[in-house]
This record gives sequence, C-alpha cells and structure tokens, in this order.
Amino acid sequence: MRFLKNEKVLNVFLYLFLGIILAMPVLLIVGLLFKSESVLHANSLSDLLFSTEWKPFQGKFGFYSYIYSSVLVTMLALLISVPICLFAAIYLTQYAKSVYLKVIQPVIDILAGIPSIIFGVWGILVIVPLISHYVAPFFGIETAGYSILAGAVVLSVMIIPFILNILLEIFKSISKELPQASIALGATKWQTIKYVILRKAFPGIVSSVVFGMSRAFGETIAVLMVVGNVAQIPKSIFEPGYPLPALIANNYGEMLSIPNYDSALMFASLILLVIVLLFNLAARMLISRYETKI
Amino acid sequence: MKSKISIQNLNLSIGKNQILKNINLDIPENQVTIILGPSGCGKTTLLKCLNRLIDLEENVTITGSIFLDNEDILHTKSDLPGIRKKMGLLSQRPYPLPMNIYDNIAYGLRINGIHNKHIIRESVEHNLKQVNLWDEVQHRLKEPASRLSIGQQQRLCLARGLAVKPEIILADEPTSALDPLSSTAIEKKFVELKEEYTLVMVTHILRQARRIADYVVFMYLGEIVEHGTADEFFNHPKQEKTKAYLEGIFN
Repeated sequence: MRFLKNEKVLNVFLYLFLGIILAMPVLLIVGLLFKSESVLHANSLSDLLFSTEWKPFQGKFGFYSYIYSSVLVTMLALLISVPICLFAAIYLTQYAKSVYLKVIQPVIDILAGIPSIIFGVWGILVIVPLISHYVAPFFGIETAGYSILAGAVVLSVMIIPFILNILLEIFKSISKELPQASIALGATKWQTIKYVILRKAFPGIVSSVVFGMSRAFGETIAVLMVVGNVAQIPKSIFEPGYPLPALIANNYGEMLSIPNYDSALMFASLILLVIVLLFNLAARMLISRYETKI
Repeated sequence: MKSKISIQNLNLSIGKNQILKNINLDIPENQVTIILGPSGCGKTTLLKCLNRLIDLEENVTITGSIFLDNEDILHTKSDLPGIRKKMGLLSQRPYPLPMNIYDNIAYGLRINGIHNKHIIRESVEHNLKQVNLWDEVQHRLKEPASRLSIGQQQRLCLARGLAVKPEIILADEPTSALDPLSSTAIEKKFVELKEEYTLVMVTHILRQARRIADYVVFMYLGEIVEHGTADEFFNHPKQEKTKAYLEGIFN
C-alpha cells in the first residue's frame, strides 16, 4: 500500500469510491428506465399511472390500483406505528428511569433482526383471523381477514423497531439543559416536551417517519402473505389490495411469455423507487425550510 | 440584613455519594451572593436544590429544609412550576429555546397563561432593553435565536428569565463560555439587578467574585467552609482553608 502514501493517488482512490456510491442510485434508475422503455412506448404515461385497466394479454397495463394499494397500506402502517413510537420514545427518554431504556434497547434490536417471512406467518396465524373473527364483525363487516388492514398491521410491527430506534437516538441527543431551561421558567414537563423537545426534534422525527415509510413501501413478502392480492381499489381497509412489491414478486419469472410483461414489472419497480425518492426529497425540503425557523 | 432564602440542615446524596453535607445558610435579599469553590464541591447541586431542578435527577435522597419567604420549598405542597417561576436560571452555556428571538422571551409569559399580544410585545422590548440587547436585535426578532452569538444568547437567556418576573436569579458560572466583553456586560447587569432581585451566582473565578460579591459562600467537598460578607471573607478570612484558597495555594 506504499503508493497510497502519495496524496494524489490517495485522492483519486477516495473520489473513485465516493463515485461508486453516488453512481449506484443513478445506475439503478437508468437501468430500470431502460428496461421499462417498451411498456412506456406501448402505453401513455398517464394510462400507466392512473388507469385501473390491467389486461396484460391486450397489452394494457394500468398500475393505479397497485399504486393505490401500496400507498394505502403504507400510510395506514405509519398511522399505526408513528404515534406508538413517538409516545414510547418520549416516555423512555423523558419519564422512565434510565434502566428501562437499557432493557428495551436489545428488545428493539431483536425485533429489527427478525426475518420478514416470520412476520408474514405471524400475520396469517394471528392478525388475519383476528380481523376476520373480531375486528371486522365489530364494524358489521364480513371479510376473510386478508386485507389492507392486515398488511398494515404486520407492516407497522415490522417498522416500529426502526422508527423507534431513530427517535430514541434523536431524543437522547437533545442536551438535558435545554428542557431544564424551559422547566426553570415555570413550564410543566408536558409543556416542555410539547413546545421545546418536540420542536427541537422535529427534523429528526420527519426523517424517522420517511425512513419507516421507505421500508414499509418496499416491504414485500410479509405484506404479500396477508394482504389478499386482489387488484382493485379497496373500498375499505377490510378489503384486500395488491401492493406493487407483491405484484412484482408474484409475477416475475411466471408470466414473462406475455409481451411487455417484464417491461411492465420493471416499470412497477421504477414507480416504487421514484415514489420513495420523492418522499425523501419532500422530507429534505420540509426539514431545511424548518431549520431556517428555529 | 433580611434573608430571602434560608437553608437548614440540607443533606443530599446521589446513590451512595453524599454530595451536600449539612448545609446551613441564609441568603440575603437584594444582594449578590457568590458561591465559590473548586470543581465538584457541590456548588451546582446546591443551586439546583433551590429551584428544585434536582428533582429531574435519578436516585437523589435529600433531607433538610429550604425556606423561601418562610415557605419550605423542599416539602411544599404548592406547585413546582410556581416555585421555579420565582427563580430565573442562567446556566453555564446559553440554551436558547428552539424558536425565534421574540418567542424565546414570549415563551415564559405564554406558558404562564399570558396571551395578550400587547403585553407580550411590551415585555419582549422591555426585557431585551434590560439586558442591552434590544438595539442589536430589534430588526431581527423573527430570526432563530440560535443565530445570535454566544454572548448575545446568554443575554437573551437572562432576558427570558427576567420576563417571568422572578424574585431571585440563580446563575451557574454564567460567564464561563463568554468573551471578556460579554462577561463584563453580564457582571455589570448583575450589580444593577440587585436593586430588584436577589442574586445567587456560582463561580470559580476569584476575581469575578471580588468584583461583584456582597456576600460570599465558600464550599469544599460538599461542605460550607466559611461564609460572610465580601469584606469579611476577602479581607479577614477565618478558616485556614479559605486563606489558602484566596492565596491560590489550595489543592
């Protein structure tokens, strides 16, 4: 490695490795774009994105119901998991004795490390029957349980450890003196949390939500097992849906004799990627706008 | 000399470590009381007992009494925010709240139930003028407080504390992060403020204590070694330890 001692050579190497990292997302997008070219030629972009007509044999690929299912499942999962994580993180860092945090940390790590197939099986064994026998009848609805809701519940359990982990780090990184300054002014603990800590943590909270969203949006196998896989616009969360990752996983390698089908699935991947990127971009903009205010 | 705060038989341990040992002290009203002592002698802990910020720490056992105007604030049933409101706190480093300059001052008023915009505006202006910050920030009140310099931030924190109309100002080495000019500004302000407030300041800068102290408390290893008026303390110290500390041959 003697040649690395030469500053110029070292610089070239560092740029090279940085370049590899920067090139990866670009290569991914370009590759997917290239592969989905034929379906983009045969269909208009607005048909692909906003039509529900899914007739591969006639060459009609409308992704709307898949996109709709994906977004619905993900948003519902976030709606369940974000409040849980936020309150848990506030409790653990602001109220509980520090012992609790030490106990919960390994639990979070274990949860995060469980393979997603196990969450899928657990969903089938526990969540699906629970919805079919108890939750849906409570609302007077009949369902087999394989539904958007089942997918969202399984997803939310899967992303909780990730969101919670980030939130804990963020709340722990706020110096103790900041809330003390507020409390010394006569604020109650809850006022301090609401007006000072949450404000300070806001950019981090947004990041954690978007990170959870990205994971949830792309999660495939566990969702596919419980969500029902029916391509439709679900009228309620008790009806089945068919998210994009499930579409790709179920059909890739199976239906490729149909013209343009593989290209359509590549386009589905591209949609996934672009939506995740857009969310990340929106979060970045939100954070940087916010940071000029505090 | 009327005393504002009276500490009686105060003992405090965190876990098995005894931090404060049998503290008995009267803090005079409308004077600058300086608590002196080497690092780790319990100065800051004593200060935190006064506004009950010590409650936020874990594993604390505390005995004794602290009387504020004849009310024992260690064993009080009245609300803690109310007690803390009576004592402004200025910490070692400024911690501006994550909001703009205006809201930093308005915050204390708003949490105490004052929402009248006119009153808040007046208070913001009055208190910023009090700490000589108004001229520097009056055109940028909507900017984040974090953009101010450290010295400006510390003055903002003082103004924020004054806005809730405390009776006592507690300061924990408030100039240790500041440049000489800002330090002098804070010191001068403290001397002016004693007309209206009782000030208690922790420091380990002997010269600073000489400049502004009316009453001095010298602590060592959790105990009060000696306390008395500035004249007594600096010119006629009684204890050997105090003499050694004042002469700088202390270890």
